[in-house]
Amino acid sequence: MTVAAAAGAGWLTLLYKEVLRFWKVSFQTILAPVLTALLYLLIFSHVLESHVSVFDGRVRYTAFLVPGLVMMSVLQNSFANSSSSLIQSKITGNLIFVLLPPLSPLEIFAAYVLGAMVRGLVVGLGVFLVTLWFVPMSIEHPFWALAFALLGSAILGILGLIAGIVADKFDQLAAFQNFLIMPLTFLSGVFYSIHTLPPFWQSLSHFNPFFYMIDGFRYGFFGLSDISPPLSLAVVATACAALAALTLRMLQTGYKLRN
Amino acid sequence: MTPAVEIIDVARRFGSIQALAGVDLTVLPGEFFGLLGPNGAGKTTLISILAGLTRADRGSARVLGHDVVTDYRMARRMLGVVPQELVFDPFFSVRETLRIQSGYFGIRGNDDWIDEILHHLDLTSRADANMRALSGGMKRRVLVGQALVHKPPVIVLDEPTAGVDVELRQSLWAFIRKLNRDGHTIILTTHYLEEAEALCGRIAMLKAGRVVALDSTHNLLSSFAGLTVRLTAAALPAAWADRVQRQEAQTYLLTLADYRELESLLAALRESGIVIDELSLQEADLEQVFLRIMKKAA
Repeated sequence: MTVAAAAGAGWLTLLYKEVLRFWKVSFQTILAPVLTALLYLLIFSHVLESHVSVFDGRVRYTAFLVPGLVMMSVLQNSFANSSSSLIQSKITGNLIFVLLPPLSPLEIFAAYVLGAMVRGLVVGLGVFLVTLWFVPMSIEHPFWALAFALLGSAILGILGLIAGIVADKFDQLAAFQNFLIMPLTFLSGVFYSIHTLPPFWQSLSHFNPFFYMIDGFRYGFFGLSDISPPLSLAVVATACAALAALTLRMLQTGYKLRN
Repeated sequence: MTPAVEIIDVARRFGSIQALAGVDLTVLPGEFFGLLGPNGAGKTTLISILAGLTRADRGSARVLGHDVVTDYRMARRMLGVVPQELVFDPFFSVRETLRIQSGYFGIRGNDDWIDEILHHLDLTSRADANMRALSGGMKRRVLVGQALVHKPPVIVLDEPTAGVDVELRQSLWAFIRKLNRDGHTIILTTHYLEEAEALCGRIAMLKAGRVVALDSTHNLLSSFAGLTVRLTAAALPAAWADRVQRQEAQTYLLTLADYRELESLLAALRESGIVIDELSLQEADLEQVFLRIMKKAA
C-alpha cells in the first residue's frame, strides 16, 4: 500500500529544501551580504590602509581585511540561515511538516546545519571573488582556510539552530543576533590584529571562539597568525562538538519543538 | 489482527490543564472512525501524541503495532496527518510542497501519485502556483495532499473541512471515502456532526480529556432513540412541563421516548382542551446524541 521509500533519505530532501529556500531569495541572502562586505572593504581600506600596520608590516591592511570579511560573512550568513528558517517555520506553524515525517534528531540537525553551511560558504566565496577585483590575493595554505571555513560555518549554523529552537518570536532571535553574534564577530579580529590591542583586551579576545576561527582562517591566506593554527583548530573543533552535542540533546528531547 | 491505532492510558497535562486524563482507544484497520468533542476536549492533543508532535506524560500509543516513541520511524510512515491549523511554506509552489513532503518520507519519483492527488483535490490547474496565492480552501486541500503523499495506511484528519466550500467538501469526502474503500483507516475529528454521522462507522466522544462515549454510530443513535416534538400551542399540560427542552414564546421543544408517548401527549392536550396550532416531529440525530452525552458527562 505504501510507496517504496529509501530509509533515512528524507534528510537529503530537508537539506535540499533549506538550500532552495535561500536560493529563491538570493538577492537578499547572497547578493546583499556580498555588497555589504564589499562596502566594508572599500571604506575601511580607504580610511585605514596608511594608518594600520599588521603582522609587522608584512601584510597590507587591505589584504589583511579580506579573509576577515570573508569569514565574517560566512559566520553571519550561516547563523542567519538556520535561525531564520527555523523561527519562521515555528511561528508560521509549517514546522509540523518536518516534525511529522520519520526524520531522526540527527537527520534534522544535519540538514539544517549543512543548509546553513552551504549558504555561509556561498556568500563567503562570493565576497572573496568580488574582493579579488580590488586586492589580488593568494592562499598560502588552502586546506587550513577550508578547515576553518567549514568548522566556522558549522558552529554558526548550530548556533542558529539553537537560537531558532529557543526563541519564540523574532524579537528574541534578533536579541540573540545583536547582543551575542554581532559583538563576538566584530570583536574577533575581523578588522584588526589583536596585537594592536591593550593587554587586557588581548587576553579577553582569547575567550572569544570567533577569534580563533578568523585567526585560523587568516593563517590559511598568509601563513601568519596571532595564535598557533593547530591550537585554534582544536578550540574551534571542541566548540563545534560541544554545541552539536547540546543541540542534538535539545532535538532528542523535543525541547520547545515537540510540546 | 493488529489494530490500526491503539491508545493505552494516555495522559497529558499542560501546566494546570489536564488535556488528557487516561484515554484508551482502539481503532481497527479499515475503520472510518470519528473523534468528537467540544473545544478543549483533548482531540488535537491525542492526535499530536499519535503523530509524535507531543509526548505523553503516561501511557503509550501505537500505529499498526509500532510505538510512536520507541519505533517512531515506522509509526510515522504508517500515519498521514492533516493538521487543524492552516499552515504552509510561502517559499514553494503546490507541486514543490508535495514533492518536498514526499521526499521527507524518502520517496523520490512520486509524480504519478502527486498528479492523482492534485486531480482528486481539484488542484491540477494550481499545481505551479505559489502557496501564498491560494485561497483558504485550496490551502486546506494542499494540507490533505501533504498527508497523503506517502500513501499512509492510517490517515488522521483534524477538522479537514473547516473553511472549505460545500462543493469542494463533497469532492473531498468522495476522495476520502475512496481511500477508505481502498483499505485506508480514517480517523476524523470534525465539528460538522452531520459529516461524522454520514461517514463514521464508529465514534468516540471526548470531554475534558476523557472518553465519555465509544460505540458504533448506529448504536449511539439507537441508544438515544427518541422523538423531538416541536409543538406550538397556547399552553402545555402541567404534567408535561418537565419534558420541555426549550421554549420560544408558545413553541415548545419536547423529547419523547417513542410514538406511544406522543399519543399520551396528544391525549393530555385534548383532555385539557388545548388546541394545537402547529406540530412537527424530528428523529434523533448525532447532534442531539452529542449534546445529551456532553450534558450527561458535565
